[in-house]
Formats: sequence, C-alpha cells, structure tokens
Amino acid sequence: MYKYDSYDQAMVDARVAEFRDQTRRRLEGHLTEDQFRPLRLMNGLYLQLHAYMLRVAVPYGTLSSAQMRMLGDIADKYDRGYGHFTTRQNIQYNWIKLEDAPDILADLATVEMHAIQTSGNCIRNISSDQYAGAVADEIVDPRPYAELLRQWSSFHPEFLALPRKFKIAVIASETDRAAMRLHDIGIKLVRNAAGELGAAFYVGGGMGRTPMIAPLIREFVPLDQLITYSEACLRVYNRHGRRDNKYKARIKILVHELGKEEYTRQVEAEFAHLLNQDIEPPLAELARIKAQFVDPPFAAGLPDAVDRSDPDFALWVDRNTLAHKAPGYAVAVVSLKPVGGIPGDATADQIRLMADLAREYSFDELRVTHAQNIVFPHVRKADLHALWSKLEAAGLGTPNLDQIGDIIACPGLDYCSLANARSIPVAQKISERFAANGKQDAIGELKLKISGCINACGHHHAGHIGILGVDRKGTENYQLLLGGSEGADCSLGTITGPGFSEDGVVDAIEKATDLYLEQRQDGERFLDTFRRIGMAPFKDKIYG
Amino acid sequence: MADVQFRFRDDEPVADPAVTVDAFGDQTNASAVRLEPGDDAAALIPHLERLRLVEVNFPVWTDGRGYSAARTLREAGYTGELRAVGDVLIDQLNQMRRCGFDSFAPSHELDADDAAAAFARWPHVYQATGDGRPAIWALRHAQ
Ligand code: SF4
Repeated sequence: MYKYDSYDQAMVDARVAEFRDQTRRRLEGHLTEDQFRPLRLMNGLYLQLHAYMLRVAVPYGTLSSAQMRMLGDIADKYDRGYGHFTTRQNIQYNWIKLEDAPDILADLATVEMHAIQTSGNCIRNISSDQYAGAVADEIVDPRPYAELLRQWSSFHPEFLALPRKFKIAVIASETDRAAMRLHDIGIKLVRNAAGELGAAFYVGGGMGRTPMIAPLIREFVPLDQLITYSEACLRVYNRHGRRDNKYKARIKILVHELGKEEYTRQVEAEFAHLLNQDIEPPLAELARIKAQFVDPPFAAGLPDAVDRSDPDFALWVDRNTLAHKAPGYAVAVVSLKPVGGIPGDATADQIRLMADLAREYSFDELRVTHAQNIVFPHVRKADLHALWSKLEAAGLGTPNLDQIGDIIACPGLDYCSLANARSIPVAQKISERFAANGKQDAIGELKLKISGCINACGHHHAGHIGILGVDRKGTENYQLLLGGSEGADCSLGTITGPGFSEDGVVDAIEKATDLYLEQRQDGERFLDTFRRIGMAPFKDKIYG
Repeated sequence: MADVQFRFRDDEPVADPAVTVDAFGDQTNASAVRLEPGDDAAALIPHLERLRLVEVNFPVWTDGRGYSAARTLREAGYTGELRAVGDVLIDQLNQMRRCGFDSFAPSHELDADDAAAAFARWPHVYQATGDGRPAIWALRHAQ
C-alpha cells in the first residue's frame, strides 16, 4: 500500500488547517453560505435533508487496517454509530455537525486519509479495480497509476472550478470491474505491439441524465506522458465544456457535441504544446510509487483444498470468494447487503471488526468496491473458515455476492436533498422478496441497481436490472430498466415502459426474473437471455 | 473599476485602460487587454511583445476558464502583468497565483490577514505549473 512521505503528510495537514480556517470564517459570518458552499464541497461536506454529510476519500478503494479502524471510530465519535460505503468506493457519514468537520479531517489525517475533492466541480477521488493486485487477469497492478493521478489532481490549481465534477477510473485487465467506460476519463493500462506498457484513454463516458459510454480517443499513451495527456484532456474541457446549463456541463456532452474526432484533435494539439512544458513527473516517481505496491509476502506451498463440511460455509465460499493469483490464497468479499438491510451500511463495531480481521487474515489490507461491499484481498484458503465464522457472528456473512440481493442503491429520499424517491426501502423489499421466494440461487448473477433520481448515483443505467425513482405528480414512482452492464461488455439499460409504485416495481422484477428462468438456455445469465430474446417478451410478461 | 489590492511585481503599473479583445485587435498601440471567460487567450499570442497588462475577468469565481487562460499566456512566454479581476475571493488567491496571476483586483476588498494566510497556505505543490515552484515529485528526485 502507498505510504505518505513527509510531503504528502504536509499537504494533507495544510488542507486541514485551511478548512479549519474556512469553517471559522463561516461560523463567524465572514463567508456567506453561498461562498462557503463550494469550499466545504471541496472537502466532501454536503448539506443533506437532515444534517451535514461528510464523504471521506478512499483512494482507489484501498484501506489499511488502521485506516478502517479510524473509519469505525469516527462513526462512533461524530456520527450515529454507522457509516455508509458508496458507489465511488468512498465512505459517507450522514449525521455530521459543521463544527466537528475540521476535527474529523484532523483525525483522518493521522491515518493518511482526507476528504479532499470528494465533491464539487473538480477532479474527484480516482477509482480502480477492487481486486487490483490480487487477481491473475491484470497486466499490472493499476493502483500506482491511480496514485500518480491522485497526486497530480490534488489541488490542481487550473482544475478546481471545472464546468462540472470529473471522475477518473484506472484499470489494467480485460474484465472491467470499475465501470471504466462510464467515467469522464477511463484509463486502461495496455501493452503495445512492442510489449511496452502504456495507457488507452477513453473520454466522455458517464451516467446521469444523459448516459454515455466513453469512446476511445487514444490507443496508447506512453507511461512517461500520462500526466501530460490527462492535463491536455482536462484543459480542453475546462475551456470549452458548457457552463450555461449544469445538465449539459459534463465532458460527455462536450465530446458528443464536438464529436470524438474534433475533441481528440484539440486534445492532441494541447498535448503537443504541453509536452514542451515539463509538467510530467519522471519515471523514477512512478517507480517510487510502484515499489510501495509490491505483493505482500505470500507463503509458498499452501494447500488449495478447503474443508467444505459445513454447508453454510461452503455456500459462502462458493458465492463470496474468488480465485487469487497466488496458490493457496483467495479473495474474500463481505457483502454489506444482508436481507432487508441498507445497502452499504456498516456499524462502527462491524467496521472495526473488519479492520481487525484484515490485520489477522489479509496482510493488513481491505478494499471498498463500487458495489458497496468490502474485500479481503489476500486470505489463505486455510483461514477462510475462521474468517467466515467471525464475519457470520457479526452479521457480515451474507452469501449473495453479485446476486439479486446484492443491490447497489443510492441514499435516495431518506437522506438526499436531490432525490425524487426513496431507494433504500425498495432495495429492502426486493432483497426480502427474493429471500422469501427462494429464487435468488436459481437466478444466479444479476446486478440490480437503484437510483433515487436521474443523477444516477446508484448506477441504474448499468444494472442488468435498473430502477430509477421519479416524481410523478407528487408521488414516488419507479421506472424499470433492463439490459445494462458496466463490464467490458458495457451497455446502457432500456426502460421497460410505464413506471410502477414501490410494490409494483418489486412485482415487475419478479415477473422479469420468472421469464428469464423459463427462457434461459444453458449457462445464460439474466443479461445474456435479455440480450438474446430482447425487450418484447419481458414487456409482455410485465405489463400483459 | 476595482483597485489592485495585491501585486507581486516591481515594475510600474500600466496606466492605460484595458480594452476588449476585439478592440485590442484594431488598436495597434494598445498595451492592455481584458479577457472575458469566453475569450480565447491564444488569440493574444501573436501580440505578446506589445502587451504589458492582461486582465482576466472572473464574473463568478466558479467559472474557472480564466485559470486556463492564464496558463496559456504564461506558457507562451508572456511576462507582463497578469491581473485577476472580478469575483476574486480569499480561497482562490493561491490557485490563481499558481496559474501565473501576479496581481489581483477583487471587486470587494479582501481581509488582508486572511489573504496573507491564503497566499502562504501550501508548503509544497504537487504540480508543475510554470509558476517557479518545484513540484513535490521534483523535490523527491532532486539529486
Ligand atoms: S441518484 Fe439522486 S437521489 Fe440518489 S444520491 Fe444521487 S442525487 Fe441523491
């Protein structure tokens, strides 16, 4: 894992001091709320329906035990004893007092954490593959490149007042586990014909009210031009992105309106100019960062066999663990989606328990996934039973990874001031319905995602099944979408037709999955069957 | 016209009024120009040798186009005065300075102590922006 040096620490400490000063000026009345709002947003502090919400950055989703423990302590000390893991691989606290916010940031800084640029019209926390460094299909660990970009984007003076928020994801495998092409910039590490490592740039993807899949604008950027190319992409956007309408201000609209060719031409011209400006860190800096992401000391000669005599444990192993690149190890995923629970929520005690278990069983490391779950990336297979037993005892053993109960849901109308409808109760009803009817297992992989409004924080466009909360004449109404995917086979869901009430949408989903169970051919997932037979039979089943 | 409150230059301030980009193209003796957010800073590059003052207007501070305009001019070799005018607030002073601004005429006078603290806020910087400060990566690999 990346460790701060004295420079990194000094920057984060300076940020805490700056925010403390800004908060003081606000509380003393020197800053109006209008002036303060963008400043607190740059530090992840939102005003929600009932209280302030603080969003803490988890760069590329990687956490140490000490950091995880601090997240639990903050939940106890400043919130109501729980935290909410988000679709941006971050954590949010929903009940924060403004006066406490500078102290929380100071506490975070003691474990090399911050809330810098987790909100606002700036470059946000960089996301990446949740299984980076643990699975065999990546060509390199993408996180050092994400860290290089983290430092470049932190307090970048030219890009702190962009037309709109800006999200970057970095991956390094064919299997896209980070929805890379649904980001403002998606970077995929690749090898060129000569075998050299470089980066493919996809620019102009995003969800929200106009979802778009990012086009490839450059197949290969050499590693020693990564920052320069990123800067060129951003400068063209900062100058020409629309500022007349916030719904058209994301880079996807610029790329769409200019056309990919013209946007690319402008980026290439800016890039050629910036290459002479000496803004690129030397490769030695990348090497310095990479050295901190070396593999932990995996033991050799460990057994691969797992004792499956306990059926509950065997089920969890089948559902919630994945193959690891090192023999004798597994990747274990904690589902934060218990039946009837709030997706992504964990109590302070659960967070601290996971911190302790990571120290004991996973080389001190955890990951947050964009599906709002927690990963133990490097667990000895021989330790899986012990790990599972302790998780299970704490209510963290739900065996439903990537199943219909493993729902992504945004906070919705229970917390969010922008929401049209509640997301959490719908998620709870669906998970309860499919636990009760026993169909969850038969259905297998099914990614269900819920957003409480068109802003799409719950990624509904990219769900095999997506639900979008809308306001229909003052009542909450839900549109249903089918056929989205965030993976390498990225696609956007299509609306089935007229919307539903809260219970109606649960019924409609059961009908859709019943049709799938009738129609599927060997090995097909819900998504595959939908792609093969199309929308019409689903419409008939749902509305017929 | 608001007064210049902070200036990081030793030369004499330019007395001429800043003209619009359109007027500047016609008035071949003008030495001061004012850029609005939608203006293309690169259009001034052919005229750098007669330019002594560029004002960059920030009608609202959340419109950050002026930052790119400033860097474009500095990267092209402009060494004259680069002045941020308009909605210039305490918390943007530092990033403006980093993008090459060396004078500031906020529409509302700023608290001098808060401004001094803001200019001195960052012990180091992560990026090379041409403002003369070495990036942290350069310090790390100095020897
Ligand atoms: S999708 Fe809408 S309701 Fe949900 S968190 Fe985002 S803004 Fe709020």
